[in-house]
Amino acid sequence: MVQVLKSTDAVIVGLGWTGAIMARELSRAGLKVIALERGPDRDAAESFALPQIRDELRYSVRQELMQDPKVETVTLRHRLDDEARPVRRFGSFLPGDGVGGMGTHWNGNTFRFLPSDHRLRSHLTERYGAARIPDDMTIQDWDVTYEDLEPHYSRFEALCGVSGKAGNIAGKIQPGGNPFEGPRSGEYPNRPLTPSHANELFRHAATEIGLHPFPAPASNASAPYVNPEGASLGACQYCGHCDRFGCEANAKATPMSTLVPALRQTAGFSKVTNAYVTRVLYDAKGKRATGVRYVDLRSGETYDQPADIVVLSAWVFGNTRLMLMSGIGEPYDPRSGKGVVGKNYCYQIQPTVQLFLKDEELNPFMGAGGLGMVVDDFNGDNFDHAKLGFFGGGYISLNSTNGRPISFRPTPPGTPAWGTKWKQETAQWYRRTASVLCEGTNYASRTNALDLDPTYRDMLGQPLLRMTYNFTPNDRAMADFLLGKAAEIGRAMNATVVAPQPRKGDFNVVSYQSSHNTGGTIMGRTPSDSVVNRYLQSWDAHNVFVLGSSVFPQNAGYNPTAAAAATTYWCADALVKKYLKDPAPLVSQ
Amino acid sequence: MLDRRGFMVSGGAFALAQTDAAAAADSGTNIKHDGAEASKNTAADPLYALTPGEAEFLTAVVDAFIPADDLSPSGSECGVVVFIDRQLAGAYGAGARLYQEGPFQPGNGQSQFGPQSPLAPLQFIQLGIAELDAWSMANSNVPVRQLAKPELNTLLQNLEAGKIALPRIDARAFFSALLQLTMEGFFSDPIYGGNRDKASWRMIGYPGLPATYAKAIKQYRGRRYQAEPKSIADFL
Repeated sequence: MVQVLKSTDAVIVGLGWTGAIMARELSRAGLKVIALERGPDRDAAESFALPQIRDELRYSVRQELMQDPKVETVTLRHRLDDEARPVRRFGSFLPGDGVGGMGTHWNGNTFRFLPSDHRLRSHLTERYGAARIPDDMTIQDWDVTYEDLEPHYSRFEALCGVSGKAGNIAGKIQPGGNPFEGPRSGEYPNRPLTPSHANELFRHAATEIGLHPFPAPASNASAPYVNPEGASLGACQYCGHCDRFGCEANAKATPMSTLVPALRQTAGFSKVTNAYVTRVLYDAKGKRATGVRYVDLRSGETYDQPADIVVLSAWVFGNTRLMLMSGIGEPYDPRSGKGVVGKNYCYQIQPTVQLFLKDEELNPFMGAGGLGMVVDDFNGDNFDHAKLGFFGGGYISLNSTNGRPISFRPTPPGTPAWGTKWKQETAQWYRRTASVLCEGTNYASRTNALDLDPTYRDMLGQPLLRMTYNFTPNDRAMADFLLGKAAEIGRAMNATVVAPQPRKGDFNVVSYQSSHNTGGTIMGRTPSDSVVNRYLQSWDAHNVFVLGSSVFPQNAGYNPTAAAAATTYWCADALVKKYLKDPAPLVSQ
Repeated sequence: MLDRRGFMVSGGAFALAQTDAAAAADSGTNIKHDGAEASKNTAADPLYALTPGEAEFLTAVVDAFIPADDLSPSGSECGVVVFIDRQLAGAYGAGARLYQEGPFQPGNGQSQFGPQSPLAPLQFIQLGIAELDAWSMANSNVPVRQLAKPELNTLLQNLEAGKIALPRIDARAFFSALLQLTMEGFFSDPIYGGNRDKASWRMIGYPGLPATYAKAIKQYRGRRYQAEPKSIADFL
């Protein structure tokens, strides 16, 4: 029996960063908003209390704050003709779960994408000619420019109290910041975090070889901060427990720390937790959604929640899967190239160079999620690709994120994984090692895509989402290039051992790489090249809006949270100022 | 039975808990540690999931992975077998947060998908122990726990390198699980039964938690930060 609930103005599926921002904007505009979150509610003071929150085994290794694959996971195959296998335990990426979503356990890296990232195909065509872009590289423009998004990037940075140093204010290059960034309307809300010793060694070496290092923008507040929503953030304690953990100091910006206090005071807002949405109820004739169906994971009861507006903010896999299961939009067929839902799934390639510095004491356990020193000289199209056999790039950084010892204890190449020699090397190097990370772009490829798995099912018996994914020759060439540059910095740091770790073989879902998945419900100019228009409105259901990195047509060489949040503010702006007055397609087909 | 082993505890700057090791560290001298006593201590910990024979198998393996030397006591002396037994007896061992729906496709040679076994970790480890013991009996007439150290090391190296095939289990995945559980037990917070006396944290210089380094990150730039390591239990 399906129980039909009383209709609401808007229903939001998923209460992570994008869902929380949209909930705040719509309820502020006077709408009655119901957010459905399939995970639990958490009270930060209770759930993230000391000393228990500093438990590496529980939170980092056993992944207590993450999505439970027993409820739902994804499957992977590398090639179109392979049989997919389920990801039985999450590893390479870590989906969030519960109020706050991935925003609870992120590190806080808050980068804006480059202006060229937002209009990639046009940019590369103008600079290198259309013929240089490989046929299988299905990149496209966002159809929203950096200039469109600038105020919204700024708004998110203010919400989070981002610690950083501007590199370009209104076209004027600022010393100490990133000279490659798009023009900003102002400085960051907080000064940069205090750099670690390893950060300083990296800054010195990068400067020496002519690069342009700058402190990573971090949503870890360098000083106590009150955001425009009236929420207070504490000062970061550099405890090295951001990623995979909640923050007991309330210094890391999360939906809970920045938005939930305001949402609690908002009359029109309510949330339902443990509510697993299984369908968008879709009227194909009317080209509109009538609401969503969900199962209460505690009781097993099924409910229909009618709504005038449906917002999908369930991350890459959830958004794409809901569109496919609900029959909204044409599923993508990688063989013919027709259809759009599931197209342009991208991940990220993050090769690293491990450094060992015998005379340094680096205290790796002192760190913050976004504590890093970065160079952007080889990101995006900041360097000339005319004579290179690839497009894209990535930032190169030295992050002092954590030194938690179950997972962090690198040893030089050739060291056995156990035994006496392993112990000696571990004891010698633990305090004297650092990684130089390359945050590589991932440009869309015709065969990397998402669809419904024909075999494997979730807890409720519905098809899992299937990833067809592998690294492309462009990815590998790009990654090798970045790795060479990162090693150069390592040598300039006078490291005793410089150990590049190239990406070889098929993509693996076991070792952690990045939770920066994108695509599947991409934005674009026409219904034939995209799932949503430039306002993130579905071409096939004008009252469905899709948020988050699932709308990115390809992945940039940055952490995507700020871009996901900025596009959400951009969408909310259009929804409130345009759509509410005239509920219809915002872009004519 | 554990071998009698001597080991030296370094790092006299730390104020250790009152153990033999602490006495040695405080006096700055090396002592011969009585392995039999450590074994007695281990025996005092009840087994929740494993049989005594399985625990002996694991004792031999974790002590090969983490041999006693001047850096730390052996893995089992640090409570790693206790840790593994408790993990396998709990939610993790039962397959919490593990997708266990079929169909199952053997994972051999396909490590990029992760283990694809239908077994939950407790059953997986138990079957692995039985199969590797059977392999050892067939090849050298003794179970793994009775192998001499050089033979045990060779066996583990071969297992790690994929040179041993087991009939019903992915041998390399079994090796990975043994090594992973051992390292978790050695390096995790002592509240889980391993890392006794924070031996691994002392070994590498990890000060434990909770940690507020807002000032120290600048103050200790390029200088070693030393502190008596703190566990979650130290704050309760």
